[in-house]
Amino acid sequence: MNLLLLLGAPFLTAVAVLLSRNKQQVKWISLFGALVQLGLSFVLLFVYQEQRNAGNTAQMLFEQNQPLFRSLDIHFHFGVDGISVSMILLTSFVLVAGVLVSWNIEKMTKEFYFLLILLALGAYGFFISLNLFILFFFLEVSVIPKYLLIGIWGSGKKEYSANKLALMLMGGSALILVGMLGLYFTAGRSFDILTLSKTTIAGSTQNILFPLLFIGFGVFTALFPLHTWVPDGHSSAPTAGSMFLAGISMKLGGYGCLRVATYLLPEGAKEYANIIIVLSAIAILYGAFATMMQKDLKYINAYSSVSHVGFSLLGIGMLTSTAITGALLQMVSHGLMTALFFAVIGMIYDRTHTRMVNEMGGLMRVLPFITSVFFIVGLCSLGLPGLSGFVAEMTVFIGSWQVDDTFHRVATIAAAMSIVVTAVYILRAIGNTAMGPVKNENYLHFKDASWNERWAAILLVAGIVAIGITPEWLNELLRPAAEEIMNKVGGN
Amino acid sequence: MNEFLTLMKSEWLITAIIFLLLFIKIGRGLKNESLLRFIQFLLLVNFIAGFFFNKEGYLFGDMFYTSKLIVFQKSILNLAVYLISLLCADWLKKTQHLPEFFILMLSALLGMFLMISSGNLLIFYLALELATIPLAAMANFDLGKKRSSEGAMKMILSSAFSSGILLFGISMLYGATGTISFTAMPPLLDNSPLQVLSFVFLFTAFAFKLSIVPFHLWTADVYEGSPIAATSFLSVVSKGAVAFVFITALYKVFRPMEEIWYTMLVVLAIATMVIGNLFALRQQNIKRFLAFSSIAQVGFIMVGISNGDTLGITSVVYFVLVYVFSNLAAFGVASVIAESSGKENIDDYKGLYKTNPFLSWIMALALFSLAGIPPTAGFFGKLFLLTAGGVKASYWFITIAALNMIVSLYYYLRVIRAIFMDKNETPVEKINTAPTVKLGLLICGAGIVLIGLLSWVFDYIESLR
Repeated sequence: MNLLLLLGAPFLTAVAVLLSRNKQQVKWISLFGALVQLGLSFVLLFVYQEQRNAGNTAQMLFEQNQPLFRSLDIHFHFGVDGISVSMILLTSFVLVAGVLVSWNIEKMTKEFYFLLILLALGAYGFFISLNLFILFFFLEVSVIPKYLLIGIWGSGKKEYSANKLALMLMGGSALILVGMLGLYFTAGRSFDILTLSKTTIAGSTQNILFPLLFIGFGVFTALFPLHTWVPDGHSSAPTAGSMFLAGISMKLGGYGCLRVATYLLPEGAKEYANIIIVLSAIAILYGAFATMMQKDLKYINAYSSVSHVGFSLLGIGMLTSTAITGALLQMVSHGLMTALFFAVIGMIYDRTHTRMVNEMGGLMRVLPFITSVFFIVGLCSLGLPGLSGFVAEMTVFIGSWQVDDTFHRVATIAAAMSIVVTAVYILRAIGNTAMGPVKNENYLHFKDASWNERWAAILLVAGIVAIGITPEWLNELLRPAAEEIMNKVGGN
Repeated sequence: MNEFLTLMKSEWLITAIIFLLLFIKIGRGLKNESLLRFIQFLLLVNFIAGFFFNKEGYLFGDMFYTSKLIVFQKSILNLAVYLISLLCADWLKKTQHLPEFFILMLSALLGMFLMISSGNLLIFYLALELATIPLAAMANFDLGKKRSSEGAMKMILSSAFSSGILLFGISMLYGATGTISFTAMPPLLDNSPLQVLSFVFLFTAFAFKLSIVPFHLWTADVYEGSPIAATSFLSVVSKGAVAFVFITALYKVFRPMEEIWYTMLVVLAIATMVIGNLFALRQQNIKRFLAFSSIAQVGFIMVGISNGDTLGITSVVYFVLVYVFSNLAAFGVASVIAESSGKENIDDYKGLYKTNPFLSWIMALALFSLAGIPPTAGFFGKLFLLTAGGVKASYWFITIAALNMIVSLYYYLRVIRAIFMDKNETPVEKINTAPTVKLGLLICGAGIVLIGLLSWVFDYIESLR
């Protein structure tokens, strides 16, 4: 399959959106484009599995190499492995859901959808790039749409949040940039990830470059203590913006931490693994406890995202192939789950015009569909078996437990304890909003989910359940790639 | 004789246009509007002619040198002047002395061309003066405004001062080496204290022209006082030309002193980026704002220059090309708004998107390009400069440069935020942009988007070496 289709489809959609005449056209074109992208990513999944089943063991499939700036070794070098395929699938799921959820947006509709699709374009490009420069290019492409989405369509202290997000992400980019140039010059002027992975880089250099790259990508994925843009950014963003931010943008960072920092600098990864573990364990616990104190639904999900994303980083820090597979599972699972969470919060907010937990109550009676979805996503978040959250977290724990020294054990146990806290805040939030008497008489006139909201929810729930019930397919997709990375790092 | 014509082609064309304008001025036959259209046509022809019959060679002994790269550098400047004539049409139409403005501008341009081609310290000094004195007159062109005269006065005084320093440096260098020829000089340089001192004086003169910190103090006042057409010429064409000469002088003439100028460049680049950025943070007037941001951009150019090799030249030329489009687009939008409403402050831009979406998008593209955000060409330009600077430099130099990109993003986002997010009771009213101005803005916008993604532009510059 030609991977350029994945860039061409969103690009054409964006152009068509710009050329369209009225709001109806904009919406339908965006939906059509998003569905085409969803179809493409499914095709990619099947073609990929077919190739693998046929015995194609190349590390990257469907490789393409078009020179852009030849003398600087900047190539449009694209290719996918299991990790990329699953991330692309995640992106297209969230995009379709995001387009559906924003159906009623009134203010500057055309610009909104244009930026949303631009974000998806950046994400696709990022996940298929095998050239560091191009990877960085696509990473940066997504910063400005986020800034504008929050700043223009957001709520609350949106300008502050938008600025904070843009500057912190740019800070991360600056570190990545330095690390990237460092790699380029130490490894004989090459930006190519596959070439770089074959060159040996001195341990001392790795120890300088690894923190730059890991922290740089870590900012994108809410590495403690650089997570502070997450709560503000997520809570100020419009619904679809939050879905993208938490569902996809944070995964860009995780993917970069793994594919660039850990894979290319294994010695550095070993050197700093313990620090990563400590930081992510803190993020998991701190995020969970901070969530307990929140009263705003969006803040609840934003802080719980910090906690959940911590599991991915914990898995990476453990440096076993099972833990890394778990980390990747957690990225996909959390992407779907948190997008759904924000979508549901958006649906509730559109009706109640409040996000405060204590002002709501008895929604189950008036909004049965939305509240049921809310239950499902809550249970997924606290790790109920049968849903994706359980699969991912369990795999991380199993992988972590394989490292048998006191330090890793303690970290694993500490991280596992957070599940209890998660259960507390999730059940409390759902209980307060869904159960009990209807607090406000106006609530009795609410209409349950409209067709677009239903489809968005159904799509994401389907994803969560599919991973929860039959995790093998995703596991088989991710594990070989994770093992490839671990082969490079050395160890089990 | 034939060589005399072809090698100096760019200069002859400019001279011809200047003379034509002088005759037109005597004739007084044409109205401003049709005259401007005629001048725009001439400048377009002049720009296109830059791509034909290009040769490499020396003239007058080794006083005048040209190569394909030099002709391309001149073409970039030609393009910038053409774009200025399009973008500032609103203001140009209103001036009483339209031919004079272009005569001054083109004289300065002619000086810059000779400066780029100079192979000898005397020609260089002569050309530099020719490139400077008309600038002061241009800065004074808003005849009714006191600020304009103040800016011109500051400009002429600081230029005179830097010329004095330059002459002092040249005479000492002549005393130390016994030659003023660029080709004969490098073997004679042995880093003796006198030579180093004279080099520092020469460096200072360049620093004045490029407004490198600590010689940047004239910039903001001059930029603010001058009419926007003159400001954009100063910030784009003049900066670009001096950067080109600077890089040739360092790489070709002062190559034996590389260790000295490398240290100077690194230290001053950091100072220039940091101070330019910090001062830009608090500016209210859009012209002052762009002045300080252009100081910071010069800091980035110096990062590229510090490379000391072909990559340095390529990345600087590429960046200047990108900078021409980005900065002129920003000045173009500012000019349109200032001419129609008289508003020049960032706060006045609040709510601009509601009334003028086209201008807003162009401004946003220009600022993103200046900030180095993809997919604009500025991203590639900045990254190439950093890559060039990274060849020799240690990590902390690149880190400081990269961190400066964050600071600069902060203040560029201030303008974006005013345009797209802030509410305003009395936004700038809907402006009917004249077709020529629109054409200019579209060219700039297309340049900003395409130059980065069309890699043959970079490959072409590279092939000129």
